[in-house]
Amino acid sequence: MVAVAARVAPQTNTGIGLDISDVSHGFELHGAHLPVLDHLSFKVEPGEFVALLGPSGCGKSTLLRLVAGLDPPSEGAIAANGKTILGPDPSRVVVFQDPTLFPWRNVWDNVALGLEAQGLLKARRARVDESLRLVGLSGFAKAYPHQLSGGMAQRVALARALVNDPGLMILDEPLGKLDSLTRISMQGEIVRLWQASGFTSLLVTHDIEEALLMATRVIVFSDRPARVTADKSIERPYPRHRDDPQLVALRRDILGLLGLEATW
Amino acid sequence: MTVLTPSLETHAGIATSRRRSGRSPDLATLGRAGAAAIAWFAVATITLAWPDVDDWGREREFAFGSIAIGAALILGAALSPWLPGLAKRVAHLSPWLAVLGLFFAVWQALTAKSGFLPLPFFPPPHALLEVFTDDWSKLLASITASLRLLAVGATIGAAVGFVTGVALGWSKHIGYWIHPILRFVGPLPATAWLPIAFFAFPSSWSASIFLIALAVGFPVTVLTWSGVAAVNTAYYDVARTLGASQRFLVLKVAIPAALPQVFVGLFMGLGASFAVLVTAEMMGVKAGLGFYLQWAQGWAAYANMYAALIVMSLMCSGLITILFKIRDRVLSYQSGAVKW
Repeated sequence: MVAVAARVAPQTNTGIGLDISDVSHGFELHGAHLPVLDHLSFKVEPGEFVALLGPSGCGKSTLLRLVAGLDPPSEGAIAANGKTILGPDPSRVVVFQDPTLFPWRNVWDNVALGLEAQGLLKARRARVDESLRLVGLSGFAKAYPHQLSGGMAQRVALARALVNDPGLMILDEPLGKLDSLTRISMQGEIVRLWQASGFTSLLVTHDIEEALLMATRVIVFSDRPARVTADKSIERPYPRHRDDPQLVALRRDILGLLGLEATW
Repeated sequence: MTVLTPSLETHAGIATSRRRSGRSPDLATLGRAGAAAIAWFAVATITLAWPDVDDWGREREFAFGSIAIGAALILGAALSPWLPGLAKRVAHLSPWLAVLGLFFAVWQALTAKSGFLPLPFFPPPHALLEVFTDDWSKLLASITASLRLLAVGATIGAAVGFVTGVALGWSKHIGYWIHPILRFVGPLPATAWLPIAFFAFPSSWSASIFLIALAVGFPVTVLTWSGVAAVNTAYYDVARTLGASQRFLVLKVAIPAALPQVFVGLFMGLGASFAVLVTAEMMGVKAGLGFYLQWAQGWAAYANMYAALIVMSLMCSGLITILFKIRDRVLSYQSGAVKW
């Protein structure tokens, strides 16, 4: 069972809507062109929690980089609330698989990074403390990253994203490197934060169960170059249970789509 | 051996129990300090009882100093129940001081007492003491002159090297112009510029500044550059998604991430600058410790030469220590940094 405190649906809909239209992307590898995304198109409604599932190396993380504005797509366009994405913006924050905290900054200063970069730190210092409280790390403001456990470091990364009041939270396998207990508790925490703030979530994960427990919608990608092979809504209330028969059935379906039905 | 081992253990046992009772001094510390003190008393005895083959001053002062060191060691050990911190230091230093005492005793015996080592190349220890007590003002002036030259040159070199390194690591356009110059000029030893520098610059002092800056600048440039170039690109991604400008990426991401490397560059540069400093002072600048060395050798004042060498070594070591202290403070977020 996922421990989720709030049982209410997103109340304040400040989430960003995404429109991914006909996006293709590739890399040059040893002089050869390697297509990664193949004419991808789908929309994400404001406030949705969308999980992207797909085989390893199929280009899910590449898509997240495009949505974050870190790289421009080779073809097609992505729009956030109707405006084409041309570069990074603090309204679209990313939590990576590695916490990538700055080792020379303590926890508080790491969380304050976004506000400092935007010149808003003086006005919104209280937001930093609030974000730390939200992830349960108020007592660790003065600690340095090397003193934190993996789960704590990832929580700091989460707080660093939250402090910007994001409209879109891009989660690139944020729990991929955590132990299973920390993972379970943080799955619940992320859902709780999403419910409380109403941002849109875009989650890449390898874990089907995680996707089914957290997301309102699961998009399944094919092998590289990625295409959408399935797009399923999950209309189950939170907190969800691993042994919910509908979720179990969905899991079997998705495993089948990924060509792994024989193993379950 | 088999007989000795248990008796040693009992001694240790007694020592600990006495330390716990907190009344009598720790016997192990007292033994170590005593052995070191004996070496220093031997130095004093040789100095006073055995007449010199030649005439040097400060013989008595040197002997009294030796006695004072020996007495201080015993006193420090004897006070162990009341000053455990001091006793610990005494116990730690005693082996080194014992060896040092023996060294002084042998030095004294081989030079002033037996005349075994050729004079004037090997002056006795009290001749060096005489230099420190009688020529300190000139030594002090030399240190000041050297430090001034070094401070100005090294600061310019470090600043220019740091800025150049950051620019090289950041901008491909700047790299296009600076990189070939750096590759061509950088590896040249700074001292090779000496003949050119001394006529190209208006004074030997400004020429030396140039040479020292060059010696410091090269390693600082290269290491700052490699530090900036090696910054984890994920740091930039994180900062960019959080709304960082180019300026923020340079000042708040690239530079702090590169600082550990910058300090390696500063360490190497400072080491190189010592060599250039001494050479420049010997060749042209009429001040400083290098000049003092040259001058002392010219007058066959070998005691002065050795004294200047000791001062120079203390100065260089002190500067490196200061650099490491600054580094430890600036990079205090790191765990397990190497201690100097």
